[in-house]
Amino acid sequence: MLETRPDTLDSKVPNGTLEEKWTGYLNSMKLVAPTNKRKFKIIVVGTGLAGASAAATFGELGYQVEAFTYHDSARRAHSIAAQGGINAAKNYHSDGDSIYRLFYDTIKGGDYRSREANVYRLAEVSNEIIDQCTAQGVPFAREYGGLLDNRSFGGVQVSRTFYARGQTGQQLLLGSYSALSRQVKLGTVKLHTRAEMLEVVLKDGRAVGVVVRDLTTGEITTHSAHAVVLATGGYSNAYYLSTNAMACNGTAIWRAYRKGAQFANASFTQIHPTCIPASDEFQSKLTLMSESLRNDGRIWVPEKAEDNRPPNQIPESDRDYYLERRYPAFGNLVPRDVASRAAKRQIDQNKGVGPLHNGVYLDFQDAIQRLGRDVIEARYGNLFEMYERITDENPYDVPMRIYPAPHYTMGGLWVDYELMTTVPGLYAIGEANFSDHGANRLGASALMQGLADGYFVIPYTIGNYLADYLNTEPVSTDDPVFHEASAAVRDRLNRFLANNGTRTVDWFHRELGKILIEHCGMARNEAGLEKALSDIPALKEEFYADVKVLGENETLNQSLEKAGRVADFFELGELMCRDALNREESCGGHFREEHQTDDGEALRRDDEFAYVASWEWTGESSDPRLHKEQLEFENVAPTTRSYK
Amino acid sequence: MNLTLKVWRQDGPAAAGRFVMYDATDISPDMSFLEMLDAVNEQLISEGQLPIEFDHDCREGICGTCSLMIDGIPHGPQLSTATCQLHMRKFADGDTITIEPWRAAGFPIVRDLVVDRSAFDRIIEAGGFISVATGSAPDANLMPVPQAAAEAAMDAAACIGCGACVAACPNGAAQLFTAAKVSHLNLLPQGQPERLMRTVNMVDTMEEYFGSCTNIGECTTACPKDISLDFIALMNRDYVRGKVKQRRLTGQRA
Ligand SMILES: Cc1cc2nc3c(=O)[nH]c(=O)nc-3n(C[C@H](O)[C@H](O)[C@H](O)COP(=O)(O)OP(=O)(O)OC[C@H]3O[C@@H](n4cnc5c(N)ncnc54)[C@H](O)[C@@H]3O)c2cc1C
Ligand code: FES
Repeated sequence: MLETRPDTLDSKVPNGTLEEKWTGYLNSMKLVAPTNKRKFKIIVVGTGLAGASAAATFGELGYQVEAFTYHDSARRAHSIAAQGGINAAKNYHSDGDSIYRLFYDTIKGGDYRSREANVYRLAEVSNEIIDQCTAQGVPFAREYGGLLDNRSFGGVQVSRTFYARGQTGQQLLLGSYSALSRQVKLGTVKLHTRAEMLEVVLKDGRAVGVVVRDLTTGEITTHSAHAVVLATGGYSNAYYLSTNAMACNGTAIWRAYRKGAQFANASFTQIHPTCIPASDEFQSKLTLMSESLRNDGRIWVPEKAEDNRPPNQIPESDRDYYLERRYPAFGNLVPRDVASRAAKRQIDQNKGVGPLHNGVYLDFQDAIQRLGRDVIEARYGNLFEMYERITDENPYDVPMRIYPAPHYTMGGLWVDYELMTTVPGLYAIGEANFSDHGANRLGASALMQGLADGYFVIPYTIGNYLADYLNTEPVSTDDPVFHEASAAVRDRLNRFLANNGTRTVDWFHRELGKILIEHCGMARNEAGLEKALSDIPALKEEFYADVKVLGENETLNQSLEKAGRVADFFELGELMCRDALNREESCGGHFREEHQTDDGEALRRDDEFAYVASWEWTGESSDPRLHKEQLEFENVAPTTRSYK
Repeated sequence: MNLTLKVWRQDGPAAAGRFVMYDATDISPDMSFLEMLDAVNEQLISEGQLPIEFDHDCREGICGTCSLMIDGIPHGPQLSTATCQLHMRKFADGDTITIEPWRAAGFPIVRDLVVDRSAFDRIIEAGGFISVATGSAPDANLMPVPQAAAEAAMDAAACIGCGACVAACPNGAAQLFTAAKVSHLNLLPQGQPERLMRTVNMVDTMEEYFGSCTNIGECTTACPKDISLDFIALMNRDYVRGKVKQRRLTGQRA
C-alpha cells in the first residue's frame, strides 16, 4: 500500500486577496542589488520558450548565465511547432474579457485541479507578454487599422488569442531566441548547444549544478551554479506516438525527480482530438491539425459499424454527427478532452473510418457550401495543404480524417509559488512543471505560461532565494558530488554500449507506447492500470537485458541518446500509471471508467481528490511516496463542467 | 516499394567520407522520407551495422532541423517542402536515391548527414534582434503597424533556418537566410532604430563564414518556405545606406 504522510508541501502562496498576492510578493521579496547580480551564476537547462525567455532576462538583469540545449541551435525547440496562438487578457476587442475571466476560464478548463494563486498571476502577466513580444518584433496578425488582431480558441466565449499566421510558436521562439542571442553576444549568457544535461548535482540537499554530455564529442562536463532552472519541456513522447517533436523527452525532470524533486500529477496528459491518424506501424510521430478547424468542420462517423462506403456515398441519414448530437450547446467546439473521448468511443464501437479504421471524419462540405471555397481556403489553406501533403487526399473534396493523439503533459515537477521544486535552488518552468493547467490545458495557454514563467515570474522569484547566498562561491566542480554524478552518468552510458542485445531502442519505445496509450491514455481503469504496472517493469527489465546500442560514446550517436531517454520513459510511464491508479475520479484529461455519470461524462470527486498528487522518489526498489497539496478554492466555486 | 539508397557516410569532421549503398525494402508510399530512413536504420542496427546519423526533430516542416541533399537537391524533388514532409509516393519503385549532407564551407560535417550550422547563430548574435529588455515594452497597441508591413515581415520571418539556401548556392552564400532575418525586423516600425546598424553587422558577420552572392537564385528555389529574393534586394539597399551612414558617423565623407 502507498504510505501517505501528512502534507509537507509548502506552496508559499502569499497572503492577501487574489489581486494582492503577486504585487504583495513583489513588494516584500528579498532583492539582489543590480551590482550584486553579476556575483551569481544561474544554470538554465532548455532554451525553448520558457528557457530562452528566462536566460535572456537573467542576462539582462546582470546575472551570469550558462544555458544548455540538446538542439543544434537555440532557434529550435519543440515550442517552434505551436500553431494556434497565445492568450492574453488584453480585452482589445471590448468583448468583456478581463484578467479575472482568463483566470476563471483557466481554472474551469483545468477542471479545478490547479492552484488559484498561480493561475491568477498567469492571467495578470499575460498582457505584459504581448507587449514584450510585440516590441521584440514578433509579427502578430494585425487588423486593417494596424492594431492587433485576435481570434477565439478552444471553447471560450471571448476573443483573446494573439497569433502570427499558423506559426505563433515559431515567431515567439524566434523572439526569445533573438533576445537570448543579444545576451550571448554581450557575454552575459554562455550558451552550449548540442549539449544534453544528464544529471542534476546536489550538495547538502541544494541544487548546485549539472552534468552535461556534448552530443558531438561525447565529452562529459560538469557545471556549477548558485541555482539551476529546468525548462526542458513535456513528456508526451513517453507514448512513442505523439504530436511532440522527436527529441522531446523527460530525462531532465526524471533525473531531478530521482534526486528528490517531487513529481506532480504525472498522469495528467492531454490527448488532442485533431491529429492525422497513423498510416502504418512505422509512423514516427503524429501531426496535429490546428484546433481552429473545428470552427467550421463537422465531425461525424457512419451511423452503422463497419460501414466501408466512401464518405461521399454515405447519405446524411446514415451519418452520426456525434458531438453535435451529444453536446448541442458547444457541438464541435467542446474542449479537447471531451472531443477526444467521444472520438475514442466511436472507434471502440467499430465506426472508425479510413484504411486502418482509426479515424473520424472532419467534414468541410457544409462550410464550403455556406461560405464558399475561397473563404475556407483563406482560413485554412495552409492546413489543408499540409493535410494533403501527408495523406495525399484533398480535404476540399474528401473529408479529413482525424484522431486524438498525446499532445501535452499538464503533469511535471511540483513547484511552489516561486516555481521552485522541492529541492532548494532547483526550479522548473514551462511545460516541465505542473503548475497552471490542472487536469486539462486550454488552447493557446501553454505559450502564455512558458513565457510568463520565463520573462515575468522567475526573474523575480529567483532573487528571493539567491539573496541569502550573497558573497558565496558556487560549489567547486572538483567537489566529490560532481565526480560522483559524472561517474554515474558515464556508467549509465557504458552500460548501454556494453549491452550485447538484439533489439533496437525504438522497438522498446514502441512497445512502451502501446502499453501507455492502451491503459493510461484517453480512458483508464483499475484493471488496465494494474496490468500496465506489471507490464512496464517487465519490459524495462527486458530492455536492459536486450537493447542493442551500437557505436561509441565519443562521437555523435543518436541511438545512445535515445537509449537514455527511453530508459527514463519506462520509469516515468510507471509513475504515470501509478498516479492514474491513485486518482479514483475523472477530471479533465484523466478519465477513470469507474467514475462516470450515467450518460458517460466525467465524474469529479472534489471531496476526496481536490489535491495535487505529488510523488517522492524513495529508491530503486520501493514505491514512491505520495504527498498531497490540498487545493483551496476561495474565489471560484468548483462546478461540474457542462458543455451540453 | 523497393529502393536503393546511395548514402554519404563520414565518421567525423576530419574523417574521409564515402558513399555506401543500402537496400530499402518494403517501403510504403505513405511513409515520409525520414520514416523510410528510420526503417533502414532499424534494419542496419539489427544487422550490427552503425545506423545513418541525420538531423531531424519536428517532422512537420517548421523547426528547420532536417537537412538532406536528395538526388542533388536540398530537401529533395518536391518544391516548397522540407525533407521531413516529403513522402515516398514522390519516388518510384526501383529508384536509386542519392542522399548527402548539406555541402558548404560554412557548414562543416559533424557525422554522416549531420552538419554544423552554428554560423547562422553568429549572424543573429551580430544584430538579429531588437534591443528591448524584458519589462520595458510599452502597450502593444500603442504603435499601430500597417497590416501590409506586418504581413511582409511575417513573409520574411517564416524562414526556418534550415540552410537549404546555402546548400543550394554554388558559392555557398547565406544571403537568403540573412536577408530574411534582416528584413523581418527592418520591415517593422519597432525595428527602425537599429535598422542600418543591424544590417551592416549581420552582413559583415555573414561574410566571415559564407561565400559571396552572385545573384544565381538557386536559393529561393530550394527554400522550403519560399522566401523571396526581394528580401536580398532590401538587405543590400540597407547595407549600402548603413555603410554610408557609418562612415559619416566616423567623420569620413560618403
Ligand atoms: C504541435 C503542437 C502545437 C502546439 N500549439 C500550441 C498553441 O497553439 N498554443 C499554445 O499555447 N501551446 C501550444 N502547444 C504547446 C506548447 O508548444 C508547448 O507546451 C511549449 O512550447 C513548451 O515550451 P517549453 O519551453 O516548456 O519547452 P520546449 O519548447 O519543449 O523546450 C525544451 C527545451 O529544453 C531542451 N532540453 C530538454 N531536455 C534537455 C536536456 N536533458 N538537456 C539539455 N536541454 C534539454 C530542449 O533542447 C529545448 O531547448 C503546442 C504543442 C504542440 C506539440
Ligand atoms: S524536422 Fe523540423 S523541419 Fe524537418
